[in-house]
Amino acid sequence: MDQLLQHIANALILGGTYALLGIGLTLILGIMKVVNFTHGELYAFGGFMGYFFATSLGWNFFVAIAMAIMLGVLLGACIERVLLRRMRGADIDSTMIVMIGCWIALQNIALLIWGGVAKSVSTPFPTEPLVIGSVSISWLRIFVLGAALLLILATYILINRSQLGKAMRATFQDRETASLMGININLIYTMTFALGSGLAAAAGALLGPVFVVTTTMGNMAALKAFAIVILGGLGSIPGALIGGFILAFAEELGASYVSSGYRDAMGFILIILVLMFKPTGLFYVRGERIG
Amino acid sequence: MTKAMGSKKPILSIKHVAVHFGGLVAISDMTFNVNEGELVSLIGPNGAGKTTAFNVVTGYLRPTNGEVHFRGMPIHDLKPHEVADAGLVRTFQKTSLFTSNTVFENVLTGLHRHGSASAWATLLSLPHVRREEARLRQTVWEILDFIGIAEYANELGSALPYGAQRLLGVAVALAANPSLLLLDEPASGMNPSETADFMHLLGKIRALGISILLVEHDMPLVMGVSDRIVVLNYGKIIADAPPVEIQQNPEVISAYLGHGVKHA
Amino acid sequence: MKNLWTWLFAGILLTVPFWLQDQYFLHIVITTGIFIIGAMSLNLLLGFTGQLSLGHIAFFGIGAYASALTSLGFDIPIFGDFRIVHEPWSPVIGVLVGTLVAGLCGYIVGKLSFKIRGAYFVIVTISFAEVVRLVALNWVDLTQGPLALSNIPPIGFTMPVVGEVVFWKKVPNYYLVLGLGFIAYVLIARIVHSRMGRAMIALRENEPLATSVGINVTRYLVFAAVVSAALAGAAGGLYAHYIRIIDPDIFLFIYTVTMVIMVVTGGKGTLAGPIVGGLIFGVLPVGLRSVAAPEVQWIVYGIVMILIIFFLPRGIVPAVCSWWHRKTGSVPGHVRLSGELASDNDDGANLQESQFVPGKFSTLRGR
Repeated sequence: MDQLLQHIANALILGGTYALLGIGLTLILGIMKVVNFTHGELYAFGGFMGYFFATSLGWNFFVAIAMAIMLGVLLGACIERVLLRRMRGADIDSTMIVMIGCWIALQNIALLIWGGVAKSVSTPFPTEPLVIGSVSISWLRIFVLGAALLLILATYILINRSQLGKAMRATFQDRETASLMGININLIYTMTFALGSGLAAAAGALLGPVFVVTTTMGNMAALKAFAIVILGGLGSIPGALIGGFILAFAEELGASYVSSGYRDAMGFILIILVLMFKPTGLFYVRGERIG
Repeated sequence: MTKAMGSKKPILSIKHVAVHFGGLVAISDMTFNVNEGELVSLIGPNGAGKTTAFNVVTGYLRPTNGEVHFRGMPIHDLKPHEVADAGLVRTFQKTSLFTSNTVFENVLTGLHRHGSASAWATLLSLPHVRREEARLRQTVWEILDFIGIAEYANELGSALPYGAQRLLGVAVALAANPSLLLLDEPASGMNPSETADFMHLLGKIRALGISILLVEHDMPLVMGVSDRIVVLNYGKIIADAPPVEIQQNPEVISAYLGHGVKHA
Repeated sequence: MKNLWTWLFAGILLTVPFWLQDQYFLHIVITTGIFIIGAMSLNLLLGFTGQLSLGHIAFFGIGAYASALTSLGFDIPIFGDFRIVHEPWSPVIGVLVGTLVAGLCGYIVGKLSFKIRGAYFVIVTISFAEVVRLVALNWVDLTQGPLALSNIPPIGFTMPVVGEVVFWKKVPNYYLVLGLGFIAYVLIARIVHSRMGRAMIALRENEPLATSVGINVTRYLVFAAVVSAALAGAAGGLYAHYIRIIDPDIFLFIYTVTMVIMVVTGGKGTLAGPIVGGLIFGVLPVGLRSVAAPEVQWIVYGIVMILIIFFLPRGIVPAVCSWWHRKTGSVPGHVRLSGELASDNDDGANLQESQFVPGKFSTLRGR
């Protein structure tokens, strides 16, 4: 039972960051219909930027995280502007290839710069964990959960309460009509991709200190992000939120009670099961079609 | 016009079909027949549900209520390719082609039902497979000549003038060996000369023994070729009679002129 | 024109071991050849049928593992005390088993693809390959996990007069791969130019229109997937017996990516595309190896991929063909059995009455 509570605590924290990852991708996939293979690289980018500012440069930890997120947003905007805008009318495979090319290039640039050795990020938190009953949680993890939830809330407010958010939702519903109503689709797409990338970078910057930062950390993250999006339904933020937690729980509990080697497989098995029985995801958002 | 009035045996029988999309009623209650050898036109204001009717009959949509029978066999639960296999072939309202293929290849693809080579025979390139291929290719020329678009055989379907593209759609449907052909606004966008040629073509198709259900907006065309006209308005059939009677039917006249045309 | 080049190319391929003496380069050619077969099989599913299957390496790897395990034998516990024991069989049988098992997996994927479309299908296929990789990694009893399956026997068989023939060296393996390559090309060409191929292309081009003329979506998706997977499995089997050691890294997504790059840059939906793409991306690494570190090579591939999509979106082969046709003014066409090109007919209208023979048309209709 104690073990269970500990697992639940771990899963909650993991789930928060997974949700960030998933929300970022669901926005991009949902609004732009692009199979974003670079999402994982933005996650890794966030991790490395966090390492760079906090550890290499020795800046304040929280400033470092903020820098990582902002740079992630910027990188996302650049990718969209340079690569994706050209592919606007093209078919889905060609766009996929461009994204894959970008993913390969980004990962190997990171390899060139940082090398293949894992990096650990220094944090200002006390190493003594907070202990509640039989559950112990490090202060770092509490911060991570808090920051993740804050960012999720901010994103939710942005999407549902702001002008930009309204425009994004309109574009998601019906691109043609939105454009006819004067919405600048180019701008929306750039902003969407930038936002989604920023969230991925945030997830990487937050989880980097919890585990380690490596150049290949983006690969698994990308696949898990896809799992979350499918679980939650394309374009649904609540869906991605819940999907993130479901995945985290499946991993935590699956790893301890089934086999730790198959931990990473949990996500994929979930994807395959969900799609076989409910092809539109667990939370079907009316009006969305894909493919 | 002298036309062989088909026997009164229905080849297509639509009974009380209703189609609801969530809260929207596209078709409330549709009942009519097409008899063997007939050419029946389905007309009605825009948005009355004509293409929806086609989709239901050919298996692209399940009816919420009602039944569709083809030669006595229920088809409302069949998948589109099964409906085509039964002998019911449709064309599409918006020009629908195999875009990266030439006109020749489009029709050749349409001849799918004429072929029967198995996977193994194909992989081994057995002689009977090659003979079948040659036969199919010859048939493509026959169809292209019949329709009148043979001159375009090597062009990409998408490069054709609009009227020819519509004809290509008919050619592809014809290739699929229909007993009943459902034509969805085949003459839309045709000029008067092309339309006159098309009426002639319809006659030739009927001479092959094929029954036709036609959806069209061009009234002279409809009046000129139909044995019977069925009028759909607000999801219901409001008239079902030969052209002469339809022209004088007050409900039909008001549907088209009196209360305006409703766009869904 | 096309036929001449094809025969010339085939002829050159037959002579390669005679002038390529460097064993290292021959090795590269063999592994590239195996990957090209993988790319050709992917092209059938991705290029001709339009199914975005990104788990293709799974079929290759399953074929490799199935073939290796069949020829090595295994003894594994299932549910406690119950064991499954398999005695080693001939490697040739192994490759056949690999082909069949991979084909079976293709069948499953084909059935799935009918229910799940578009981007979802992409993700499912990627997940499928990842799950297979993790199973190979963790089911150590069967696959040795990360320690790799080694000492896989090379292809060999017993012939009446000669006795035992075993393919230890590179040259015989080269011809083995070349042989499979020819078979794969011929099979794919036959499918593509047949009624089945037309059905597959029709599904890619315009599915509603395809079904309206009686084309059964599931049947052709499944067929494409099965053939595609089986060919990949056969290539995987050859790979296992050539390299003679395989580990779960064979299932890495990057290998699917490599095959996708080969297909798309070469020209998806063309017969020569995967071959051209395969040669470029199989040989490019070798050229770059001496000049740059592996990371730099991959950056170059990434950029090359993007540039080809930007400037030659349909791929290299279609671009070259269009250029050739523009230059020579020739247009490929369909010819009547009597020899005239369709464009020779000026007067279509008259032809209808005189040439059309109702009998001919309607005998075909009287099924």
